[in-house]
Amino acid sequence: MVRLITHNLLACHAKGCTTNNFPLRLQDAAVELRDAEFNAEFVRGFLPRLEWKALVGAARELGDKSLPEEMPEMVDEEFLQKLHHVLLEIHIDEGAMVCPNCGHVYPIANGIPNMLLAEHEIA
Amino acid sequence: MIPTPDLSHLTAADYEHVYEPAEDTFILLDALEQDADELREVKPRVCLEIGSGSGCVSSFVGAILGNSCLYLSTDINPFAASCTQRTARQNKRTIDPIVASLAGPLRTRLHRNIDLLIFNPPYVPTHDEEAYSAQSTADLAGAWAGGASGMQITDVLLNDLDNLLSPTGRFYLVAVKQNDVPGIQKRMEEFGFRSEVSDMALQILD
Repeated sequence: MVRLITHNLLACHAKGCTTNNFPLRLQDAAVELRDAEFNAEFVRGFLPRLEWKALVGAARELGDKSLPEEMPEMVDEEFLQKLHHVLLEIHIDEGAMVCPNCGHVYPIANGIPNMLLAEHEIA
Repeated sequence: MIPTPDLSHLTAADYEHVYEPAEDTFILLDALEQDADELREVKPRVCLEIGSGSGCVSSFVGAILGNSCLYLSTDINPFAASCTQRTARQNKRTIDPIVASLAGPLRTRLHRNIDLLIFNPPYVPTHDEEAYSAQSTADLAGAWAGGASGMQITDVLLNDLDNLLSPTGRFYLVAVKQNDVPGIQKRMEEFGFRSEVSDMALQILD
């Protein structure tokens, strides 16, 4: 499944593509919402590992405007709930992710991203 | 006792394209189960299984650590990635499978951020050429054909380990005698890691 938590961890890895290769731009994304059990400790623990601007950008591309532009200083339960929803409950089932630098297209089918590279693209 | 994941949804036709859990898989499960309390204590946030195949191992780890961890998996075989997803659903777990080689597209963002890394690699010694073509066709043989000493694929990951593991990170690797286990351990030490051979594996070897 490509959830926004996973999208936040994927960068283009084609040969020579080392700058401006993250975040991957979402294209023709078919989205489905699926409930996930809330675990405040997990969401809080994951905060330092997130690229916040990339997450907010991806969520807005998909029409979710619930997260603030800047990561809030006060992390309360209500905020963690919103973050939980954006990270773990929005699933991209079909579509593609495109590298903003080299334009490489990584297709998503049945919720699984294909990040394989052709032989000449492997670093 | 942590139950072995339910794999009843996978059929003989599936196993023509994806590695069927076998003795090596179950030794890995036993080793993880033996370490279950320690693993829970470390509180891993990111688990990555490379070459997840049927999805049996990640689903099992899911039963140990629950929803306090993100389960990512890679496999170069798209069919395996889909089996991993089906096995997760069958066992009411959540795994995010990715079709990729080794840690590929996760390497930048998960630099020294993987808390639990698991790899049951293609470890069977074969000609290098056979391992190479098995990886390029990304079908069943890719799950076992390991090239000279069975280490062709594992070597690539071992050399990258320092870039992947978090400060408290742990790595579980399946290896056989022909892979030169003491040699692997020596290299780990040179990279600054501590390693041990699981009692579970030793019992079988004895």
